Amino acid sequence: MLNTIWLIPVFPLIGFLINGLGGRRLSRYGSGVVACMMVFFSFIFSLLAVLFLKENSYHIEVLDWVVSGTFSVSFGFILDPLSSVMVLTVSGVAFLIHVYSTGYMAHDEHVSRYFAYLNLFVFFMLILVLADNFLLLYMGWEGVGLCSYLLIGFWFHKDSAANAGKKAFLVNRVGDFGFALGIFLIFWHFGSVQFPDVFAAAPEVLGAGGGLATLICLLLFLGATGKSAQIPLYIWLPDAMEGPTPVSALIHAATMVTAGVYMVARCSALFVFSPTALLVVAIIGAATALFAATMATVQNDIKRVLAYSTISQLGYMFLACGVAAFSAAIFHLMTHAFFKALLFLGAGSVIHAMHEEQDLRKMGGLRKYLPATFLTFAIATLAISGFPGLAGFVSKDEILWSSFSSPLGGLVFWIVGVLTAGLTAFYMFRLLFLAFYGKSRFDDTTAAKIHESPMSMTGSLSILAILSIVGGWIGWPEALGGGNSFGNYLEPVFAQAKEYLPQGGHHAYSTEYLLMGLSVAIGVIGFFWAYRWYISESPAAERIKERFPGLYTLVLNKYYIDEFYQAVIVRPLIGGSRLLWHKFDELAIDGAVNGLGRLVRAIGRGGALAQTGYFRAYAAFFSLGAALVLGWMIYLMR
Amino acid sequence: MIITFLIFWPLVVAAIIALIRGDRPDHIRQAALAGTIIEFVVSTYLLFAFKTGAGYQFTVRWLWSDTLGVGYQVGIDGISLFLVLLTTLLTAISVWASFGAIQERVKGYFIAFLVLETGMIGTFCATDLFLFYVCWELMLLPMYFLIGIWGGVNRIYATYKFVIYTITGSLFMLVAIIYTANIIHKIAGVWTFDLTVWMQYSIPTANQLWLFIAFALAFAIKVPMFPLHTWLPDAHVQAPTAGSVILAGVLLKMGTYGFLRFAIPLFPSAFLDALPVILVLAVIGIIYGALVAMVQKDIKSLVAYSSVSHLGFVMLGLCALNTVGFAGSLLQQINHGISTGALFLLVGIIYERQHTRLIADYGGLFKVVPVFSIYFMIVMLSSIGLPGTNGFVGEFLILLGAFRSHPVAAVLGTAGIVLAAGYMLWMYQRVFFGQVTNPKNENITDMTLRERAILVPLVIIIFAIGIYPKPILERIEPALNRVIDRVNAVQVVEKTKQDELLSTRNTYPPPAMETKSADPETEEEQPR
Repeated sequence: MLNTIWLIPVFPLIGFLINGLGGRRLSRYGSGVVACMMVFFSFIFSLLAVLFLKENSYHIEVLDWVVSGTFSVSFGFILDPLSSVMVLTVSGVAFLIHVYSTGYMAHDEHVSRYFAYLNLFVFFMLILVLADNFLLLYMGWEGVGLCSYLLIGFWFHKDSAANAGKKAFLVNRVGDFGFALGIFLIFWHFGSVQFPDVFAAAPEVLGAGGGLATLICLLLFLGATGKSAQIPLYIWLPDAMEGPTPVSALIHAATMVTAGVYMVARCSALFVFSPTALLVVAIIGAATALFAATMATVQNDIKRVLAYSTISQLGYMFLACGVAAFSAAIFHLMTHAFFKALLFLGAGSVIHAMHEEQDLRKMGGLRKYLPATFLTFAIATLAISGFPGLAGFVSKDEILWSSFSSPLGGLVFWIVGVLTAGLTAFYMFRLLFLAFYGKSRFDDTTAAKIHESPMSMTGSLSILAILSIVGGWIGWPEALGGGNSFGNYLEPVFAQAKEYLPQGGHHAYSTEYLLMGLSVAIGVIGFFWAYRWYISESPAAERIKERFPGLYTLVLNKYYIDEFYQAVIVRPLIGGSRLLWHKFDELAIDGAVNGLGRLVRAIGRGGALAQTGYFRAYAAFFSLGAALVLGWMIYLMR
Repeated sequence: MIITFLIFWPLVVAAIIALIRGDRPDHIRQAALAGTIIEFVVSTYLLFAFKTGAGYQFTVRWLWSDTLGVGYQVGIDGISLFLVLLTTLLTAISVWASFGAIQERVKGYFIAFLVLETGMIGTFCATDLFLFYVCWELMLLPMYFLIGIWGGVNRIYATYKFVIYTITGSLFMLVAIIYTANIIHKIAGVWTFDLTVWMQYSIPTANQLWLFIAFALAFAIKVPMFPLHTWLPDAHVQAPTAGSVILAGVLLKMGTYGFLRFAIPLFPSAFLDALPVILVLAVIGIIYGALVAMVQKDIKSLVAYSSVSHLGFVMLGLCALNTVGFAGSLLQQINHGISTGALFLLVGIIYERQHTRLIADYGGLFKVVPVFSIYFMIVMLSSIGLPGTNGFVGEFLILLGAFRSHPVAAVLGTAGIVLAAGYMLWMYQRVFFGQVTNPKNENITDMTLRERAILVPLVIIIFAIGIYPKPILERIEPALNRVIDRVNAVQVVEKTKQDELLSTRNTYPPPAMETKSADPETEEEQPR
């Protein structure tokens, strides 16, 4: 059974080929069915493989890929608890989103192209999480980036969509630049890019200290900041909302953007040798979590709120990685996939119902029109806000607790984490209240057209809602009488890393209860603040604007970071290139060449006097020249 | 025998075409296509008969003059094998691609093309320096006519530039060839231009540098290396589509092939001396080519500048001086031929319909011509080195190899990959995405069956090499390792020489050195 795990990514590839090559011969319905089935097969195969997995990790190489000199890498796959969690999350959530898409995209002209891209994405994503070496991981990594580019720009006739796709690809390439260099360093120092080899040799190669571990880890992390939208490369994700909403749910919330977290967790055996790199990861994660949460509070586009929220939640995951709580990071990755996918799909259901309206200022009171969407959306909101017992509470709490209790953590990290939790509750309830509560801010003709989404969509919403509630129970903390079985399941993957970490002192459960209580309290404050501003007082989206106009403008304009990049990088690059082309290529080099040409022509004009037009004269010149060359050769041959 | 067939068969076909009446262009076209396809099919035999690691194969030795040592000597090894296949494939494709575009002077056009093929195959197969030079120059003539007669508006300026650049370089090479033969004569006592004989001797270090420079100049112009590249955009923009395909796909490889086959193994010590310069120029080429490509207004000149960048990678791989870098470099030569050849074909397809190559004249094409857009997308992705396509394997190996020897250069080269994505995606967006803004573009017909048939093989190769490059890599590496070994041998010799020099210095040390020489007594005195 296990030797067929390579089929897990192959199914969606087949789906891609069917829809990509023969999509026009399929009906709209047919395209969707093929795509859904292929992903479903992947899910079933993943499930069976995970159930059959008895040892700690299973490793299989299918085909040689790049073999040159001492470098050798193959299409090899690894199944261990970490990749098990990832394949199940990816294929499971992807399947639900595929089903949802059959409803959401039913009226689009290019359904087969859509499903082809979506299947291709799942293929690359599964390659990414199953790869047994850095190069194959990189292939999946760039491949999902390509699909992201294609799907963000799916409605390419809109310039904004085409721009957003390009921006996503380019910003990711900047990150990949670091990733690639990291791979080079790893190969020349470890002599291999296979995970088992590299991690086994890590203590020997990196244990001696020096800057190598830090350099490698920071380069890899640069890649992660690109893919997982962290400071300083987060700027592409909000724009990526130009893509169809199910795409945002799958790629830009649940799966692809978490690839960076997965990569760091996968390389835990390397990161533990560089406390500096871990500190950087933690700081970037914490800073991004807070920074993005502030931006989420003022967005008026329903999807952009969620986009910033995703960046913020990814920050949490990196915070966890940075304090070496890798299993907490993966746990939050999984629960986040459930509730954030649900939030996006819920938003999609709203947008679908309101005929492509995404502005929160034009919604309100949708509770009555979209009961199923509202109910599931509310569950997800509670989950992400950390309502006790729900999935988001359990995983977020584990991160917050680790950020405080880990020997690499500290009070500052915890405070930033908790502040972010408060902001999260605030912006999520602001969103919920503005969309579903209060008076409707649209006219009656719009109201008449609003309808609840079809079964394919609400069905997916329901399943994700259930997962958002119960998904966290498998990692129920010991302090609350659970066994944290999720952490124990992942234990063998991070066992090696743990050996080289400083051991922290034992904290009493009472401290944990206290911190847990505080974070819940702050979440409640966030909720009440949102309630006061958007429910009890007359609700208006710009409530913050009235209170803090200066700050509001700054945050609404995303702290002018995009403008900064534009002015400091993009414009100088293009202007400088124009200068190079016109001044250097055309003026300097060609000037010299043409000058030389003129000189030759001038000499030629002198020589033209010899152009008598007599054949005999030419023959004479020719013979003279030939004689000269021959003479030289004979002279040499003496 | 097979090589002789490959070299002369195009001439035979050209002769047949010359006999066909000029008012029957269809017959001429079909004859040319049939001829080049036969050539390609026969050349694939090489792939099966080739013995990995066995040195020159399929060799023919036929001396014209015993006293001069000049002869028809040909053979193929791992370095030339795939370049020959690339040539026969691209020629057949180019001939087919010319069916629509070339309507005037059809006969002359295809004859020129076939003569060009003879020159190209001859250049790759020659193991005699004299024959090599003859074939090298033989390529120039048909190319001159292809651009000068069937080219665009500014073709005269472009051909002059092309010819002046190329002739300048090859003139120096000719002098260097004769001079080297003279040196060999002095050492060996016989006159010979046989490369395999030359390789048995080492050229005195004192002479190597300027000989290397003369060879390298000719090759660097062909590559083209920065700052000798300015003939390329003009030549490409003015050349007919098929001319561009061959120019980018095969002729540029003559330069990098020349380095691998002649300049580096013949003058290894000079190569080591010149390496820093080549390295810097290669890296500048990568970045500069990419930056200038970004701001081009004409799609063809964008692709031309991207070639400058890509060939910079190829040179960077040669500077790595290890198996990985060399293998990447040679593989990338093949990749560039496939991908850039395909890009020029695609640009030609749209040019034939709209008669413009300006980016600004397009926009929103994806809606109008989806099939064409998808082909373009695939080829573009290969050009920017997406994993799973051929471009990735080549670029990755080059950078991996270069990172070992020259980390800073490799880092800058890797930055070039970011820029490559920049100029390509930006161009793609402006041409294919958005709304159709130019009313002329509303009713373009999508790719015809012939056009698809031309591109499908290239697309298949793009993925085949991207997923399973092993058959190529394992065949080219033994030959490359021989070149590396030659250079490394010099390095070892020079190192021992330096060590000897140092030890002699120790025996007759200058006063300043004496205090430094490790004498236990002086060391003990120092702490006070």
